[in-house]
Amino acid sequence: MAEQQLPERQSPLEPEYHPGSHGNFEHGIDVILSETRPGSILQLAAWPGEEKRLIEIIRKVTGLTLPDGAGGGTSSGARAVFGFAPGKFTVVDEAEGLAAAFAGIITPAIGTLTDLSHGRTAIRIAGPKAEWVMAKFFAIDFALPAFPLGAGRSTNHHDIFAQIQRTGADQFDIYVFRSFARSFWKALCHASEEVGYEVQ
Amino acid sequence: MLITCPYCGPRDVIEFTYQGDGNRERPQPPSQDLDAWNAYVYDRLNPAGDHNEIWQHSGGCRAHLRVVRNTITHEILSTAFARGGHKSADNRAEGRS
Repeated sequence: MAEQQLPERQSPLEPEYHPGSHGNFEHGIDVILSETRPGSILQLAAWPGEEKRLIEIIRKVTGLTLPDGAGGGTSSGARAVFGFAPGKFTVVDEAEGLAAAFAGIITPAIGTLTDLSHGRTAIRIAGPKAEWVMAKFFAIDFALPAFPLGAGRSTNHHDIFAQIQRTGADQFDIYVFRSFARSFWKALCHASEEVGYEVQ
Repeated sequence: MLITCPYCGPRDVIEFTYQGDGNRERPQPPSQDLDAWNAYVYDRLNPAGDHNEIWQHSGGCRAHLRVVRNTITHEILSTAFARGGHKSADNRAEGRS
């Protein structure tokens, strides 16, 4: 029997994805933009009162321990998790197949699992001016004390819903709807022009 | 105008959707009490002052909230998850904790 051939996933950003330096980069590149293309993006939701059981399941399956508090999160490089709403979490893995690891463990009594791997696009913005560019887009506080490392935020930019996780002191991962991703990406590139940006 | 979401913290009002008067009591679905249905659909207090409202943080965590807003000053006096139960403008001190 022939081996199963997985289709290659295409990026929605591709027609507008131009690696290299752009904008006002003569004085240096202050922002690096990239698409992280994780294999798995999941949304997990717990029924009211089942949050702790779900957090424990996330710890067992991914090895990531969610900190207490609204919007808490953590990342380990290949994997990331953060809360984006009461009892709801986004879990990301570089590898495909994370949904299968959760299936059967998140029982209907605990909550729900939704595989959004093909429905979201992950964009990373990093560099000394990442906070500056993000602050032009979203009306939330990006300063480190208000938006700690690993934490997640739900907000939107001109009706494009975005989940943002801080994955470094000057690095954010933005998850947007795949169908809006190219438009969002173009806007993000325009916003980064003034500081000089590189697409990797 | 900022509304402090109990989950997300203070956010611009543009992220929220007004879901209507928070004083309404919806009759039970099989109820045939026409006066009760009429009151639910049409009767509004329309106060000049503190007002119970239901809002949704539609551009954020999508939670439904009970908000007490002053209709004259637009001051947001309290916010809480709608799921947490009814909090009226009259006893809003409880909701401020």
